[in-house]
This record gives sequence, C-alpha cells and structure tokens, in this order.
Amino acid sequence: MRLLTHNMLSCNIKGVTNGFPLAIEATTVETKEVDMNPDFLRHIFPKLEWKAFRDASHSLGVDDLPEQVDPDMLLDEEFLRRFHHALLEVHLEEGVLICPETGRRFPVSKGIPNMLLNEDEV
Amino acid sequence: MDNLIVCLIEAKDTTTVHSKIVLTSALFFAPSPRTRIAEVRLVGRHPEVYEPCDDSFALVDALLADKAQLEELKPSLCLEVGCGSGYVITSLALILGNCSNSEVQFLATDVSEAAVHTTCSTLAAHHVNAEVVVADLVSGLEKRLDKVVDVLVFNPPYVPTPEHEVGVEGIASAWAGGDRGRMVIDRMLSIIDSLLSSKGIFYLVAVTENNPGEICQVMRCKGFASRIVVQRHTDEESLHVLKFWRVDDPLDQEGPTTPSVSPRTSSLHRTFSQRLARLVSFK
Repeated sequence: MRLLTHNMLSCNIKGVTNGFPLAIEATTVETKEVDMNPDFLRHIFPKLEWKAFRDASHSLGVDDLPEQVDPDMLLDEEFLRRFHHALLEVHLEEGVLICPETGRRFPVSKGIPNMLLNEDEV
Repeated sequence: MDNLIVCLIEAKDTTTVHSKIVLTSALFFAPSPRTRIAEVRLVGRHPEVYEPCDDSFALVDALLADKAQLEELKPSLCLEVGCGSGYVITSLALILGNCSNSEVQFLATDVSEAAVHTTCSTLAAHHVNAEVVVADLVSGLEKRLDKVVDVLVFNPPYVPTPEHEVGVEGIASAWAGGDRGRMVIDRMLSIIDSLLSSKGIFYLVAVTENNPGEICQVMRCKGFASRIVVQRHTDEESLHVLKFWRVDDPLDQEGPTTPSVSPRTSSLHRTFSQRLARLVSFK
C-alpha cells in the first residue's frame, strides 16, 4: 500500500465522526522505484491532506518532507523527488491502520489494506 | 480490427437477430487497432476469483467504444468497484494511456481479498499502476471519494440467487445477486450520487433479469441520464452495459453523447403513449 492509498482511507464504523487519518503501525516497509511524473504530482497535490500524508510518511521512516508546502515548491526538482518517493515508492507491506477515534485496527497484508467491517460495525 | 473479425465469426456461427446487433455495434464501435487492453494470458488466476468472461469483455468493449469521450473528459480519478481478476481496471488504465506521464489516478476495490491480490498481479503484468483496497463497495473510501470519481465502472454480481447466497465468501460473491440479481446493484445505485463528480460517468453491467429499464428509471429519479452502450446475447444471458451521467435539468437530454434513454425521451414517450391511449379510448 502506497501512501497515496493511505491518504484516501478513513474508518467508517457507524457513528465514527473522526475516522481520518488512520494511524500506521508498520511491520514491513518496502521501497519500489518507479519513474517520476511531475505532472501527476502537481495534479494530485491539491487533493492530498498534506498533514496526514506527512505524518504517515514519518510512520514509515521517511522524515524529509516539509511541514508546510508552498505551491511554488512544486516547481522544485529536489522537493518533487522527495514528494514522489514518499507518495509512490514507499510501500507498507505488512502492518495495521488504526482508527484515531475507536482504535479499530484494519490489517494491511501483502501490501493490501482490508477495510471490511464486521456486521455489528456497519 | 481484431474485434471486427471476431464479430464476423460470431455472426457466421449463429443466425439469431441478436448476433446482427452485435455485428452492427462492433462495426460502429470498432476501436483503433492501436488501442491496447489487458491481455487475457497475462491476467492473474486464482480458484476463488472470477476469470474474465463475456460480461468483462462487454464492459471493456463499452470503454473502448467511448475512448474518445473518456479522453476528452480528462479524468482525474477512475474507480472500479468489484475488480475481480483486474482485467477491466487494467484495460481502462491502458485505454487511458496509463504510463509514466499519465495524470490519471486509478483505484480498484473488491470484497474478496483473493480478487484484490489477483488484480495486483494483473496490473503488474501489464506494468500499470493502480491503488487497490479490500472493501465492501467503497467502504473506508467514501469520505475522500465524495463527488470526485470521474469514471466509475461496476460489473456487479448480477445473477438472481436466493438472498442468503449474496456476499458469502468465495467465488459466489462474484456472481450471487439475490432477488432479481439486484441486491448489490441497488446498494451501488444508492451511493452513485455521492461518488460521481459533476462530469462523472458510471458504467454498469446488467442482464435482462435485473430489469435494466427499471435501473435507468431509478437513476433518472436521481438526476442521471442513461444509455445502453453495449447489448450482447450469449448462450446463457442477455448482457447490457449501461452508461449514466448527470444532467442538471431532469428534462435535458443533452449528455456527453446522444442518449437513447434520457429523461426527456422518456417523458415524450410517456406523453405520446398517453395521447395514444386517449385516442384509443375515444374510439
């Protein structure tokens, strides 16, 4: 699971109002290189919850993202490279995603998050 | 061109009226030979995962036929719910030119973990990137997908079965659709409005037993125009690929393309039939 995916997930147990972002408990993290596409990064940037993304990257051992991002930085090659790496190259292979409100744990196994709920949670 | 040849053979093999429909639509929709779709030999296999079949091919044919419109749409986010083997989402990504310079984000979900893993291997075999999540329809994604999905594709479990067979573990979840095969379809129809962007398009596979006409009616009440983009008859079922898009005015039939079923067409139809009925009663 890439952090792009993590940024889209929230806990949807019935009654939960603050299910985003999910905390990450990482067991296995892998890096898989992919070509950088600056246009994709610029396109996706406004849609990201930056703080959630930065905190998540921190959980996976990536610590070089700035707290605040100025849109001008999207023209900076060095920043784009770090952004690209954290968003698309770092994978959570094994671990758990944790609801900030209820503590409900969603497993990530073989790189795939499982967001299914039990019947009593729907 | 490959598609055209296949359909000519189909038409030769059968003498039904329906095969002529297939032939006509194939001639009309024959895609550019350069358009790449997923290759069946590269699709991942798993004993509990539904393999690409006539319904999957019909859906991909519908997407191919709409290639120009989909490109013009400039989608940011494409989602497949119930991705199964990954044949459709991979094809969609290839049709829209998913490569290192693409700006489109692809996302796929399935309730079956085995299916999502199979999708991953199919995507990887075609060097295509997409985010994948094990989810019940879009569970866990709904907040962040609020009205941002530009292309949504859904090949649901549409086979009429007893209700208790719906959603059980294993491959049955790929086809068991409950009463009239509508249980999962209807759940999806109820959330379309919250997912689709203002320019979004929704493709749905359905069979005659699902009552496609009524599905279009339900969507019309929610403000969506519809059109049947592919209709195909196989030995076992009569497949339809339905396409839906938003219309501001429920009476406005001008959608992305000329629809064959739209709110206005239908109301004109109704008025005409009412008048006819009155004439008949006068007589």
